Amino acid sequence: MNAVRKRDLLSLLGCVALYAVIQGLIMVDILGPFWQLNIVLICINIILAVSLNLINGFTGQFSIGHAGFMAVGAYLGAVMTVKLHLPFIVAIIAAAAAAGLLGFIIGLPTLRLSGDYLAIATLGLGEIIRITILNISYVGGASGFMGIPRYTTFTWAFFLMILTIFVIKNLINSSHGRACISVRENEIAAEAMGVDTTRYKVMAFTIGAAFAGIAGSLFSHYFYIAHPASFTFMRSFDILTMVVLGGLGSITGSITGALLLTFISAVLASYPEWRMVIYSLMLIVLMLYRPQGLLGNHEISLAIFKRLMGGVKSGNAQNK
Amino acid sequence: MLEVKQIDVYYGAIHALKGVSLEVVEGEIVTLIGANGAGKSTTLRTISGLLKPQKGTITFEGQTIAAKPAQQIVKLGISQVPEGRRIFANMSVMENLELGAYIRNDNKGIGEDLDMVFKRFPRLAERRTQIAGTLSGGEQQMLAMGRALMSRPRILLLDEPSMGLAPLLVKEIFSIIKEINAAGTTILLVEQNAHMALSIAHKAYVLETGRITLSGTAKELAASESVRKAYLGG
Repeated sequence: MNAVRKRDLLSLLGCVALYAVIQGLIMVDILGPFWQLNIVLICINIILAVSLNLINGFTGQFSIGHAGFMAVGAYLGAVMTVKLHLPFIVAIIAAAAAAGLLGFIIGLPTLRLSGDYLAIATLGLGEIIRITILNISYVGGASGFMGIPRYTTFTWAFFLMILTIFVIKNLINSSHGRACISVRENEIAAEAMGVDTTRYKVMAFTIGAAFAGIAGSLFSHYFYIAHPASFTFMRSFDILTMVVLGGLGSITGSITGALLLTFISAVLASYPEWRMVIYSLMLIVLMLYRPQGLLGNHEISLAIFKRLMGGVKSGNAQNK
Repeated sequence: MLEVKQIDVYYGAIHALKGVSLEVVEGEIVTLIGANGAGKSTTLRTISGLLKPQKGTITFEGQTIAAKPAQQIVKLGISQVPEGRRIFANMSVMENLELGAYIRNDNKGIGEDLDMVFKRFPRLAERRTQIAGTLSGGEQQMLAMGRALMSRPRILLLDEPSMGLAPLLVKEIFSIIKEINAAGTTILLVEQNAHMALSIAHKAYVLETGRITLSGTAKELAASESVRKAYLGG
């Protein structure tokens, strides 16, 4: 127990240190506006990827409607701050609640489907959300919701990202998380063991959607605008790509995937004509040589480094 | 203890079970034998709540269970070892067993049962940290049975435990089934290997294309002319 707490404390300290370093670099202007934007984008993408991984990677329900939930959060958050003049934190909580609620309502009927059918249903769902928003003139319709204040700072994005990772990591390591993984591994066996499979599928879907809502409201409060074109199925695929690239069922994998892809997009920003070509080539190569994703379903942890460094020593010890 | 009365089960338009009735008395091993597609697994899956009967009743210790969802049926003390084992392949042996105890909260009892399972299946104890998918077929069957035992069931439903196993392993598995029964767990066993099943069962039912055609004590059936001809090879 103490060891666990100590480790949590250490990783928290690590996070704070990382935050301090980046924040420092921003303050002394080493990281200019371009990289600041990309760092915030990385945080948002990590929230999206980790939360989608809970649904796709850990619970094994192939959803590609994450952009829809993100859109709900983006718009609802904007309504809260712009139209109702509420504080940003209230907007974020409301965005999470609304996206989560929608995930719950939609999850109940669609999660009876599996595999390809669920993918198609969620794909359609994301588009329905987007088209609905497109036709609501209260939030700007086709021209988008403009005049959103920039409340999202690096601090907000970073700590909400840490919150997301923390919540989802702890969920996965709890008995509920075990139940989610058992649904992915073998639904019939899980059911035969007494796991309420529907409940866990809906739970994962709801929590994943809620975090996508948070990411959405961070997104719209950073770019001054929420536009339906930002939430097409291409965005869902982007998030899915990060998750698959990093490895389904690995939180650190999703973080790596989001980090890497956002970074590559940023670096290639000055060669727009080559960007998609290189991006696609990279994915093809990855799928050919490492179809399980960069990390598979493993996690990066200090233990791995310890094993790598201590491998020689323990090998000797065994020989004695 | 468990009574199935006149159940009708459909897969879409296919009428899989036509008025199947059977009874399991506490402490016994009851076997259900029959050819491919006779409806053996369907019967088990209906009892454990994975399928719903259109007609008929299923009662367990006086309670009607046919309308209950699977997870509640497990809580009543009915645990199924699904056909083809269906272990959680990417999890360790230990994690598989822990999931077997998913419905329970008493850590002490779970620990005791874990010891019991490891005693009964020493191979699993040796391999507790191994990933379940890398176990051999026989070991996977043992794991599936151990996992089902972790919910401390009153009655264990076994769906073709001999499937795909070498004859020697089949013998081992069946002697373990007998031991589990001797330790107080009632067993309903579905098998294609009629010879082995009849050798350890107390009572038996023969299922043919969705209907029970014969029933009686295992000895009677093993001696019956028609069963010998159809299932025991002369």
